[in-house]
Amino acid sequence: MTTGKREAGDGKRDKVGSSVDGWVAGARPATATSGTAENPFFEYLLRLADDRLVLGHRLSEWCGHAPILEEDIALANIALDLIGQASLLLKLAGEIEGKGRSEDTLAYFRDAIEFRNAQLVELPNGDFAVTIVRQFLFDAWDVLVLERLTAASNQSLAGIAAKALKEAKYHLRHTAEWVRMLGDGTAESHARAQRALDDLWPYTAELFLRDAIDAEAVASGSGVDVESLRPRWRQTVDQVIGEATLTVPKDGFAPRGGRAGRHTEHLGRMLADMQSLARAHPGAAW
Amino acid sequence: MTDQKSPTSAPAAGSTDDAAQVAEFEARIAQGESIEPKDWMPERYRKQLTRMMSQHAHSEIVGMLPEGNWITRAPSLRRKMVLLAKVQDEAGHGLYIYCGTETLGIGREELVDQLLTGKAKYSSIFNYPTLTWADIGVIGWFVDGAAIVNQTMLAKASFGPYARAMVRICKEENFHKKQGYESVATLANGTPEQRAMVQDAVNRWWWPSLMMFGPSDKDSPNSAELIRWRVKRDTNDTLRQRFVDLTVPQARAVNLTLPDPDLRYNEETEHWDFGEIDWTEFHEVISGNGPCNRERLAARRKAHDDGAWVREAAQAYAAKRDAVTAA
Ligand SMILES: [Fe+2]
Ligand SMILES: [Fe+2]
Repeated sequence: MTTGKREAGDGKRDKVGSSVDGWVAGARPATATSGTAENPFFEYLLRLADDRLVLGHRLSEWCGHAPILEEDIALANIALDLIGQASLLLKLAGEIEGKGRSEDTLAYFRDAIEFRNAQLVELPNGDFAVTIVRQFLFDAWDVLVLERLTAASNQSLAGIAAKALKEAKYHLRHTAEWVRMLGDGTAESHARAQRALDDLWPYTAELFLRDAIDAEAVASGSGVDVESLRPRWRQTVDQVIGEATLTVPKDGFAPRGGRAGRHTEHLGRMLADMQSLARAHPGAAW
Repeated sequence: MTDQKSPTSAPAAGSTDDAAQVAEFEARIAQGESIEPKDWMPERYRKQLTRMMSQHAHSEIVGMLPEGNWITRAPSLRRKMVLLAKVQDEAGHGLYIYCGTETLGIGREELVDQLLTGKAKYSSIFNYPTLTWADIGVIGWFVDGAAIVNQTMLAKASFGPYARAMVRICKEENFHKKQGYESVATLANGTPEQRAMVQDAVNRWWWPSLMMFGPSDKDSPNSAELIRWRVKRDTNDTLRQRFVDLTVPQARAVNLTLPDPDLRYNEETEHWDFGEIDWTEFHEVISGNGPCNRERLAARRKAHDDGAWVREAAQAYAAKRDAVTAA
């Protein structure tokens, strides 16, 4: 299959790397491991896909160990949605790349430095507060991103976004309610939720960083200007955090680099687990 | 999941119950009527149902652990989603059966407590380890397959809430079995390593799966009463035989060998004869000495203890909300 139109990923190579702030300190933008971003739309799709794959995987680690049975089910639901979205996005990415890589090849046979997710989603699950607060911060962002992507000029991407948007809205409702419950529950849950918020807040900055790859996708009509989403994101987040009687942390330390393959140490370990079986049997069908 | 009765069996048909009421109750059962939570029932019936249903619910929950062991390592995105969805289904089954058990007058908290303190039992099959990916397929094929044989019978149980739960759950178990067998077939037709992996899993899971049906009829003192009250319709051995008869041809179809030299078709009975189960192992695992009993309970206890503050928060939040609404 493919998309009918020639859009992002075609014929705009010269622009990439020549514009927009190179936000990896001292490095050229977004090219840390992929040589040059010879196919920026492929890179862009990897970002969207890897956020979902990595976060879905993290959530799946809870299965069987959640605080209540209902939450085993709910977290598995969100994980399934995210991994399903990742699978579709990776498949599309493989087609855009045109080198015969399937969604499974992309998921199981790339190393950590080739992953393009934001660092927020790769952090370990921590306690239930960390998992919920992270999911909430991501969901609030994700809904905004997907709303824009439903209008993507790439019809496949627009279709994936439309389906994913319904799911993301549900996730946001669920996690926002849990943030309220934890924040406005007991003294202990309040303290844990606030600590989670304080620890995770710095990592949200990366979600709104814009580089040449984003610019390229936006220019082609198949991307989102993430920077411009921040005020609306803050609106949602501030409101729920207020209702939860929690305090919005101050902006400051803002780790970054995931979009260019610069990750925390946690991703490598996560992938070692995730990819071990597939890599032990290269070429096998499952 | 199946009848692993507690060793103490009280005298039949409750001595404290009114004889006329018992007679009327048994007459209703004999006519094939469904017993509902508000109906009168002998104390012993209530006890038996509570025991069976809670054991079943616990089995669904503990059963999440051995399969959950491979969720993060599933070798493709599709398999990962299928497995995650399956384990999620089992959580749903547990939840649903806990709710059904609550209609007998016992709360989920108390039931969970019985599991965590070791007072209640769960299916011994989940005390075996999942050592390779092939175990996931074989569990779907054997364990969900055995559950289907048992639950198809329980779907006609005299207690309405249990029977209805079984109808609904059995549909999903059928799906799990299909997916499991399909995964097994893929491995059996795969690389030499995959074939070896799946044969090894079959070798390890076959006998424990046969044990899922509980002790043999001659050692199953509860059976007669359960059958009279139409809680069960068939004996453990009958169900076990049904499972063997269903599974042998499926194993042959994918060129896998079942680890039993005595397995042979009996022209006279038109059943597959099979060898003697190692009942020593069965009793060892049931009494807590299986390979993973301690780990399984420890994992459940850890999840429960680690989650205490979350449950307290949810309650406190709900209480505040109620206070606001009431004000
Ligand atoms: Fe089940
Ligand atoms: Fe099942």
